[in-house]
Order: sequence, then structure tokens, then C-alpha cells
Amino acid sequence: MVKLVKGIIEDIELTRAYNQQLIALARENPKIVDVEADVGNCIFGPEFQKVFPDRYINLGLCEQSLSSVSAGMSAVGLIPFCHTFAVFASRRMCDQNYISVAYAKNNVKIIASAPGISSGENGGTHHACEDIALVRPIPNIVIMDPADSTAMRWAVRKAAETFGVFYIRAERLKGYRVYEEDSEFELGKANVIRNGKDVTLIAEGSLILNNCLKAAEILEKKGISARVVDIFTIKPIDVDTIVRCARETGAIVTAENHSITGGLGSAVAEVLCDNNCVVPMKRIGIPNRFGEVAQPDELLEVMHMTEKDIAEAAETVIAEKKRNEK
Amino acid sequence: MDELKRFALEIRIETLNMLSRHGFGHVGGSLSIADALAVLYGKQMRYDPKNPKWEGRDYLVLSKGHCGPALYSALAIKGFFPREELLTINKLGTRLPSHTDKNLTPGIDMTTGSLGQGVSCALGMALGLKVQGKPNLVYAIIGDGEAQEGQVWETMLIAPNKGLDNFIVLLDNNRQQLDGFTNDISSLGDVCKKAEAFGWFVVDVDGHDVAAIDQAIEECKRSDKPGFINLNTIKGKGWPAKEAVLGNHALRGAAFEGVDEALADLRRQLEEMQ
Ligand SMILES: Cc1ncc(C[n+]2csc(CCOP(=O)(O)OP(=O)(O)O)c2C)c(N)n1
Ligand SMILES: [Mg+2]
Repeated sequence: MVKLVKGIIEDIELTRAYNQQLIALARENPKIVDVEADVGNCIFGPEFQKVFPDRYINLGLCEQSLSSVSAGMSAVGLIPFCHTFAVFASRRMCDQNYISVAYAKNNVKIIASAPGISSGENGGTHHACEDIALVRPIPNIVIMDPADSTAMRWAVRKAAETFGVFYIRAERLKGYRVYEEDSEFELGKANVIRNGKDVTLIAEGSLILNNCLKAAEILEKKGISARVVDIFTIKPIDVDTIVRCARETGAIVTAENHSITGGLGSAVAEVLCDNNCVVPMKRIGIPNRFGEVAQPDELLEVMHMTEKDIAEAAETVIAEKKRNEK
Repeated sequence: MDELKRFALEIRIETLNMLSRHGFGHVGGSLSIADALAVLYGKQMRYDPKNPKWEGRDYLVLSKGHCGPALYSALAIKGFFPREELLTINKLGTRLPSHTDKNLTPGIDMTTGSLGQGVSCALGMALGLKVQGKPNLVYAIIGDGEAQEGQVWETMLIAPNKGLDNFIVLLDNNRQQLDGFTNDISSLGDVCKKAEAFGWFVVDVDGHDVAAIDQAIEECKRSDKPGFINLNTIKGKGWPAKEAVLGNHALRGAAFEGVDEALADLRRQLEEMQ
């Protein structure tokens, strides 16, 4: 069972939590290596390097090789955690991730930092709006965008223990703690982090989950009871929980730090369609447009991803539900 | 040549001013290309600031797109847009995003930011101009870290094979990338020899000597091969405290401490030259 914490801002970034956990695991398991492509500094890589100089491999700027080289290292028995920014980990490494890593059934963990709009000031070229859409069709891949540092630590441990391909997003901005440290998670199992009966808000990742919680509070003031779910793993997706929420609350809003095409919103819609439980639904996320340079909080406004937008979407789907009931 | 030196100083001043006022930006690699930009926009390139899309212009692709601020400074000084606009860098709605964008900024001909791609786009432009029998030249500036990308070496192979004598690549060889010193991460080795072996006309110069850069470009223009200029540079050049030290790639907030003194010093140098 997960245990919830309320309203504390994290004292570390998820990239830091990732790095600390990787170092801890590397002490237990000599097969773990950290493979980088010149953005190691952005995930505290030098900390790993200090402890394990021989197991920190910085290839330089060459993301396509980052993926294939990691596949090769896996083929001789190592467990590579290879990292670059999410834009490059998905777009630049797409074919290599598909063939060298996944199709060849290698044991590679792809760590994608600065997902979605969180690299705001680097501008549109650096916004990873479509990484989940690009990796989601890869068979058997596990996709996670941990909501907080507890979830991140669990994700990294699970990835190290499980043979197979993981794609883990690592937020660089500080978010809110959601889970107590001794929470127990399950791969493929979403977590209900606020109960409610009128609508379900399903979120992925730390950047937007907290906006869903704030939206739930806005809605509560209007007498609307909103359930909030952290999807936890985007793939495999928790069909049971989504179907149950659809049946129990009759209306769904998804919220993601990603394009509304091909990510969480699409995945949830697929579940509803496949399981004969289509209910009114809206997707919050990056609309069909490119990113632009600005601060992340400004971008949340520009892209209509704030708590207000989520609350409005919730009211819309609830109204649709009521119309359908008549 | 004094004029080019002054121009380079002005580029450094504008770059440091806009980035420090904004509080974030890629300072090191912007400062290292100021002299090359001064030669290109002060002497070698054909362009019309009042008509940035003039058909007769030469093209520059800043393949290391994160150094847009230096190029914006050069463009503003030459009148492509008002100098005050430099202070909008990275603000919501700006025409000057941290990485160069051809759809936003007058005088920018290619969008970059994902390292390795720009130089291939530049090759495409050179090839496209040649196919159409046009005389325009295409320049590309790449970084030494960037030169670790496989895509760069695809360009290295293709350009001589296609006989692109209208194409000049300038390598800003400042010996540093994001994570540290290039030689500690993955050295380019003897990059001039490598380029030569690939079939390029190669010149190895001090990348902070405007006369030497100018001479190198003249030689490349005369050659019937694509030109490759190895600019031996110092990352952070012009702000002594940030020259060739770790942590000078991108600065944020408090890391700009001391910038006022650096700016005052550069302004004094400029005055002394006038
Ligand atoms: C494909 C790609 N990978 C990673 C980055 C992130 N990044 C931006 S600048 C940089 C270092 C570049 O080093 P170099 O080319 O030597 O540039 P300079 O020293 O002139 O700043 C990195 C890794 C990027 N922009 N594109
Ligand atoms: Mg460099």
C-alpha cells in the first residue's frame, strides 16, 4: 500500500533522487553502469563518478551511440543506465532504442531528464512533448514519470532488478512529495491519491500531478468531489483502475506534461474504448503545437495546463455526463 | 582589422550584458565565437540587414545553436533589428530564443539546437545552391563537443564527395563541452588531419585573431574543396574569470557574479580602441 504525504515541497530534485538511488544500488550490484552523453552534469553524474570512476562512462555527444553502446554493454552482462535529455533519449535515439535495445531484448534503462516543458528556457527544440508517444508502441517497455522522490527511488530499484527495457523520465524541477518513504508500489498499478466520486483526474509526472490536487480543491469549493489518480506506470497501464474509475465516477480528465497526442491521455482513451466503458473525457497537456522559450510556469499557462484549466475540464466532463444521463 | 576587433568586443559586451541581465545563458561558447562572427559579419559575408532574405546573401548556420546570443548581438549591431531587442532574450514571446530559430529572427537562416543537425542542413543549403547554379556561400559554425556527433562526420564525408567548394565549416575548438574538457571525455584527436583525410581544404588558426580568421576564409574561398577552419579558441574568452575553467558552459543567477567588472573592462578596451 502507498502512504501519502501532504503538501511538502521536496528538498531535492528528482534527478538528484535518481542519482542517489543509482549510487546506492551500484554499491549492491557491480553490474550497474552509468552511461552518459555530455549532459551527465545535469543529473549529478559526477557524484556517481566520484564513487565509481570505472563505471561512469561519458561517451561524449553521441546519443545514437549512447543507445546502441548501452545495448552492447548489456549484451555482455552489464546493466546500463543511460541518460540524456528526454528530447534526445526519444527522438534522437528512436531507431536505436527500438532495434539495438528493445527488439534485440537487451537490458537497458533509458533515463530521460527534463521531460515535457520543464526545460522552459532552452526553448521549443528542448521540449520533450512527444517522447512518450515515441516509446509507447515499443513492446514490453516500461514507461514511468515518477511523481516524487519516493516513486523515483522505487522506479530505479525496480528497473535495476528487472531484466528489460525501462524508460524513466526524470524531472529537473523541484516538486511536491506525494508518498511516504516506506510506501509499497506495484509495477503497473496506479495509485489513488485522493478519493472522490464525481470525476477522476488522472495524472502523470510530478509537474502536473500537483496541479490536479489543486484543481480538486478548487472543485471541492464548488461542491464537486474529484478523485485524483497517479498513473505511476504509463506502460504497462493499469486497466483495472481506469475502468473502475470510469464506472464509479463516470467522467475522466487526464493531465500530462506531454503532448495530448500519444501520451497518457491517448493511453487512457484506448483503455476506455477497449473495455466498453467510454465516458466523457478531456485531455490536458501540450496541445497540437510546438514549444517556445519561457519559464516553465509561464508555459503551463500558455499551454493551458494549470489547475484552473484542469478544473474547467472537469466541470465540462461532469456536465456532459449529466446531459448523457437525462 | 581594428574595426573587426572593435566589432568583436562589442559582440562580447552585448552578449554578456543581455545574458547577465536575464540571468541565464550559454556564456562560454558564445564568447568563444565572437571573433569569428566579427570577421564573418564585419567583412566576409554578403548580406543586407534591411532585406535579410536578399537572394544574393551568403548563409550562416550556427550549428551550435545554444550560442545564439553571440549571433544575435552581431546581427543587432549590424542593424538587422534594434539593439534594445537583445534584452528580450528568452522572455515569453521574444524573437530571440536561446537557440537560433529561422522562423523568428531576422537574419537567421536555419533552426538549430539539436547538436549535429545544423551542419548537415548547411551542407544541404550548399548542395541546393550548387544544384541551382547559384554563387552564394554557406558557412557553418560547429562546436568541438558537437563534433563528437556521428551526423557531423556524415557531413564530413559527403561535402568533399559532392564537390562543395561553396561550403566552409568553422570548428569552434574551445576544448570544452557541457560536462567538462573535451579531451577528458572523448578527444577529437588531430582534427585537422582527420578533415584533410576526408578531403577538405583545412586551415588551422588562432580563433581569436581576426586577421588570421579573415586570411583563412580567403584561402578557403580560393580552394576548390569545401573549407574546414579549425578555430583554436578559449571558452569564455573576454571574461578572464570564466576563461577555460569548469562550469563556464551555461551560467545561472549567482554564477554571473563579477560580470559588472568584466563588462566595465571590455567597455574600457573598446574606448581605448576608439
Ligand atoms: C543532440 C544534442 N545533445 C545534447 C545537447 C545539450 N548540449 C547543449 S550544448 C552542449 C555542449 C556542446 O559543446 P560544444 O559543441 O563544444 O559547444 P561550446 O563549447 O561551444 O559551448 C550540450 C551537451 C544538445 N543541444 N543537442
Ligand atoms: Mg566546445
